[in-house]
Amino acid sequence: MSDRPYEVIGTRPVRHDGADKVTGRAKFGADVRLPGMVYGYVLRSPHAHARIRRLDTTRAEQFPGVLAVVTAADLPESPDRPVDLVEGTLPLRYVRANVLARDKVLYKGHAVAAVAAVNRHVAEEAASLIEVDYEPLPAVLDVLGAMREDAPRVHEDLRMREFGETTERAGNIAEHFRFVLGEVEPSPTGEGLVPKGFADADVIVEREFRTAMVHQGYLEPQNATALWNQDGRVYVWTSTQGAFSAREAIAWVLDLPVSRVCVYPMEVGGAFGGKIRIYLEPVAALLSRKCGRPVQIVMPRRDVFEATGPTPGTVIRVKMGARKDGRISAAQVWMAYETGAFPSGQCAFGAMCILAPYDIPNLVIDGYDVVVNKPSTAPYRAPGATQAAFAAESVVDELAEKLGMDPIEFRLKNAAREGTRRADGPKHARIGCVEVLEAMRNHPHYRAPLEGQNRGRGVALGYWFNIGWYSACTISVNPDGTVNLVEGSVDLSGTRTSIAMQAAEVLGLRPDQVHPVVADTDSIGPTAVTGGSRTTYATGWAAYEAAHDVIRQMKQRAAMIWDVEPAAISFERGVFRTGERTMTFAELAARLEETGGPVIGRGAVNPASAGGSFAGAIADVEVDPGTGKVRLLRFTSLQDAGRAVHPTAVEGQMQGGSAQGIGWALFEEYAWTAEGAMANSSLLDYREPTALDVPPIETVIVEVPDPEHPFGVRGVGEANIVPPPAAIANAVYRAVGVRLRQLPLKASALVDALRAREN
Amino acid sequence: MKWFDYAAPGSLTEAFELLARHPGARPLAGGTDLLVQMRAGERQADLLVDVKRIPELNELGCDASGTLRLGAAVPCCVISESELVRRRWPALAEVAAMIGGVPIQSRASLGGNLCNAAPSADGPPVLMVLRAICRVAGPSGERRLPVEEFCIGPGKTVLAPGELLVGFEIPPPEPASGACYLRFTPRAEMDIAVAGAAAAVRVEGEAIGWARLALSAVAPTPLLVREAGEYLAGKPATEDAIRAAAEIARDAARPISDVRGTAEHRRRLVSVLAERALRVAVARAREAQA
Amino acid sequence: MRRAMVRVQTTVNGQPAEFLCEPRQSLLECLRDILGLTGTKEGCNDGNCGACAVIMDGRLVNSCLVLGVEAEGRTILTIEGLARGSELHPIQRAFLEQGAVQCGFCTPGLILATKALLDRIADPSEAEIRRWLANHLCRCTGYDKVVRAVRQAAAELKEACR
Ligand SMILES: Cc1cc2nc3c(=O)[nH]c(=O)nc-3n(C[C@H](O)[C@H](O)[C@H](O)COP(=O)(O)OP(=O)(O)OC[C@H]3O[C@@H](n4cnc5c(N)ncnc54)[C@H](O)[C@@H]3O)c2cc1C
Ligand code: FES
Ligand code: FES
Repeated sequence: MSDRPYEVIGTRPVRHDGADKVTGRAKFGADVRLPGMVYGYVLRSPHAHARIRRLDTTRAEQFPGVLAVVTAADLPESPDRPVDLVEGTLPLRYVRANVLARDKVLYKGHAVAAVAAVNRHVAEEAASLIEVDYEPLPAVLDVLGAMREDAPRVHEDLRMREFGETTERAGNIAEHFRFVLGEVEPSPTGEGLVPKGFADADVIVEREFRTAMVHQGYLEPQNATALWNQDGRVYVWTSTQGAFSAREAIAWVLDLPVSRVCVYPMEVGGAFGGKIRIYLEPVAALLSRKCGRPVQIVMPRRDVFEATGPTPGTVIRVKMGARKDGRISAAQVWMAYETGAFPSGQCAFGAMCILAPYDIPNLVIDGYDVVVNKPSTAPYRAPGATQAAFAAESVVDELAEKLGMDPIEFRLKNAAREGTRRADGPKHARIGCVEVLEAMRNHPHYRAPLEGQNRGRGVALGYWFNIGWYSACTISVNPDGTVNLVEGSVDLSGTRTSIAMQAAEVLGLRPDQVHPVVADTDSIGPTAVTGGSRTTYATGWAAYEAAHDVIRQMKQRAAMIWDVEPAAISFERGVFRTGERTMTFAELAARLEETGGPVIGRGAVNPASAGGSFAGAIADVEVDPGTGKVRLLRFTSLQDAGRAVHPTAVEGQMQGGSAQGIGWALFEEYAWTAEGAMANSSLLDYREPTALDVPPIETVIVEVPDPEHPFGVRGVGEANIVPPPAAIANAVYRAVGVRLRQLPLKASALVDALRAREN
Repeated sequence: MKWFDYAAPGSLTEAFELLARHPGARPLAGGTDLLVQMRAGERQADLLVDVKRIPELNELGCDASGTLRLGAAVPCCVISESELVRRRWPALAEVAAMIGGVPIQSRASLGGNLCNAAPSADGPPVLMVLRAICRVAGPSGERRLPVEEFCIGPGKTVLAPGELLVGFEIPPPEPASGACYLRFTPRAEMDIAVAGAAAAVRVEGEAIGWARLALSAVAPTPLLVREAGEYLAGKPATEDAIRAAAEIARDAARPISDVRGTAEHRRRLVSVLAERALRVAVARAREAQA
Repeated sequence: MRRAMVRVQTTVNGQPAEFLCEPRQSLLECLRDILGLTGTKEGCNDGNCGACAVIMDGRLVNSCLVLGVEAEGRTILTIEGLARGSELHPIQRAFLEQGAVQCGFCTPGLILATKALLDRIADPSEAEIRRWLANHLCRCTGYDKVVRAVRQAAAELKEACR
């Protein structure tokens, strides 16, 4: 692109934290070293569901080298109230109960006590001396089983919310919601609604899909280092997506005013939605209060699997009808998501996305969030949407096939556009659905012949709505003509740079002349989590505002020097100008002291929503019919980035999301024992893809600027994970003619299906 | 992990003394099984006797008869990089390059692989088809036994307390012979075999002189399927014969269902992998013949 | 039994290093908690992620599966020892220039794996690169840019050798 409108946006500078990341100097949470620091270990439940009859910590307390032991009895007992977590509202008692179980453990791995000691081995040995007397209870592990009236109850006090109201119905269904568009009628059975439009469909496909619980799989385990200072303030160093949301949650759990808590967000070794909730932070703080020393806890990998927040397994039924002209006439969706031990609202996210790529006149979506005796689930990159797209995009593929249409042409015929209504109500703003589909259709990969036996090509489309939300940023001008940018957004993947670049664009500086710093909660205004693909969008917008604030103030200074009105001064490409007189940004920066002192620009934004992003995937596979092994031959990811601020970073997001989607498709799952223990809680048996399991991932950045954002940016962090599982399942079908409707697509299931077809 | 002590003897005698004095002692080779299991609380020891500094366990070379003498503690990377092994026993070099990944192979030994006695271990089937002999020594002397007699159950071996596996002796490859090991894992690497099959074959003209077939992950121990070899001996090396031998292997397998795979899938894998491994072994034998 | 700590003498990043540890402490713990070299990361503590990789006597190892006491008399290279003075090693630079770093948690291990690879195979194929990196999980990048970085580093190092 030669005629690019920008100097900085769209370039690929080396990131600001790069040197620290390649020299080992970057400080992650577990790298914190404080004077007198000791190490904690958390004792966890061996049962999926049990009552705690008795808990005796005496022997652990007496073990040599132990400094403190805590249990739920050390948590404050302030009155219960709903608290607003990032992904939904939950009673405070549930939030506390997940930190340390009080009278019931609700999943294998649920924390029951913690020890601080001179090193981690001593802490672990001492924890094994804590005596816990459990009364095992029947566990519910299966989402459909949990929905039955006679299922064992995870919570005695849980009442179902239905259509936004709390009902009297006790059980494991936490929430039932329904989205309706177009014409609907009561179902023949009298229960629920069905959309009209199936009557004039020429083909109808109705299928059930299952997906396994999976984990975000970040490389860095959860950790927390806490110091309960003698002045009553609590300092926490942690790996979190949101320093401010962590501060709030810690304060709620410990019943402290937020101002008494300071959170230092450390470098984060991957998060993908899994590091929004807090786990270890209050425990480390309580241990620190007891022993008067800083306490660090790092989760063993097993606990990361068993006791953090994986993302829900699902059962999804999709029925769609289409006419011979290729238009989808009606869709009905039933979806149930397991939320784990406590309610969480990811089914609704899935429902917002499942049909969003299409313009469907009549539809009904019923969704259920269901609690089960498994770890409390958390978001994972486009939370809820990947499972949903696996179901919907498999059905769409089958419809296209039945109609004899090219799968991309069929999608284009039904593609959502600006003004198309989403199932949950709002109309799409300017979106890039059509553009992404066209890029897929025109891509050499899609057009290249695929020869050879047992090979097939599949495509799928995915959507994530993206969020806006509040961000703060300040920019102070250095006398040497550079600026320092202080932001509240934790940097998970290089956003320091994509945010700094937006400020640099406004200020006419090079990216390396902007020094970005991610600040602790004492040092910057509140900023919402890094999640929902919002950071480059919203914090970048705040940086844009702050940079403009700098320019406005600098113009006033120039006006003083030149003795003209500020309005008479222009600023372009780093130069202030009035008439013939000019001053560079650096020249003026050197004269701030004499013109009134420091210039500090501020930006604070709170965009209500953000432009959604579409992503497509094209996958070529080869199936070994003997073993059932699926090998990826070629993979292309396409995504609408609005405006790619740092194309390398955008490609990196697309490739990373694709690889996660590939793992979700082929390998990853929580396997369970009959008693409800995770049977594969190691990286060996959980099987994240290695460098040998993913092919080179080609990327195509589509740019349909978001009309609201000053630079047209759309968040790109999430939509890319959505299409791969469906694309791969569709490719497997094209390769060997069987459709698998369960994730992961297991080799054994594939061989079973091939044999079943033969017979 | 519970406390343990550590010792690194420089000789077999010293090692036997330590093992005799500490009933709770365990040998430590590469530690890629042992340390993982101890951390998970699956194995305990109050003394780890590091065997990596004992000369006999680090041997790698041929004796006058051309027999390979391979120390039990030689790390896989040394085996797979050895010109001698690559030339004479390529299937052995290949399996050494298959266990774990590069940093695992820097430490993991075939001795540890066998002594750990996991049914899924990749090394033992290859050692079996290559007719490897184990050299076992203890305070009262040395004994020798074929690899197929070494494991007696999951995690269990014939080693008596205080004994060490010193190494393997692998006879020189016969002319016109070839061997191969294939396994199925969901991931390409860094994964444990759901099932595996090793084959070694000697061809005589168009016929099979002898054949050996061994399996991993489908029985309580790595399994030598003698019947499959006996069936093939003297038969023409045809697809039908190979398929029939693979069926024999499938019937010999006694797989279980676990988190890594179902019994049914494992059984099917055995016939597929045995067939393919035999086919490669025959092709290699023919190449050697040519 | 009396619990006796062990004194270990090694060479770390070219300097003699001596420390006192418990026999059960891994080399990873000794590097991080005793010697303060926190650039080596712990991702799993059971050999399955490669974040803890260091080079010991010229071989890439997972330091979580090496006991601190086993380092006696050995030479260890960690990520902290790679840059030459104030200049990044060509592998480090290649990782930055190719955008092979996202969160950076896997990066020290991947960089040392690349070093070990290029020390052995100067001009590796794509398949060789992927095989050498297969013990190193990276959840952020999908490996594509990592492989490119290894290729760039290989080319530069070869150029520098000429
Ligand atoms: C990430 C990862 C991937 C792996 N992948 C594979 C794989 O693909 N295939 C596979 O087969 N295995 C795999 N393994 C398992 C392991 O690496 C191998 O079994 C390895 O060969 C064990 O050798 P070691 O030298 O590390 O044994 P160690 O762990 O040192 O010892 C194993 C056992 O043998 C005993 N022992 C060791 N040496 C002797 C001796 N000389 N005499 C008596 N007893 C002894 C020990 O006491 C211990 O019980 C993997 C492990 C990891 C961590
Ligand atoms: S921490 Fe050592 S391999 Fe993961
Ligand atoms: S960059 Fe995050 S794990 Fe590799």
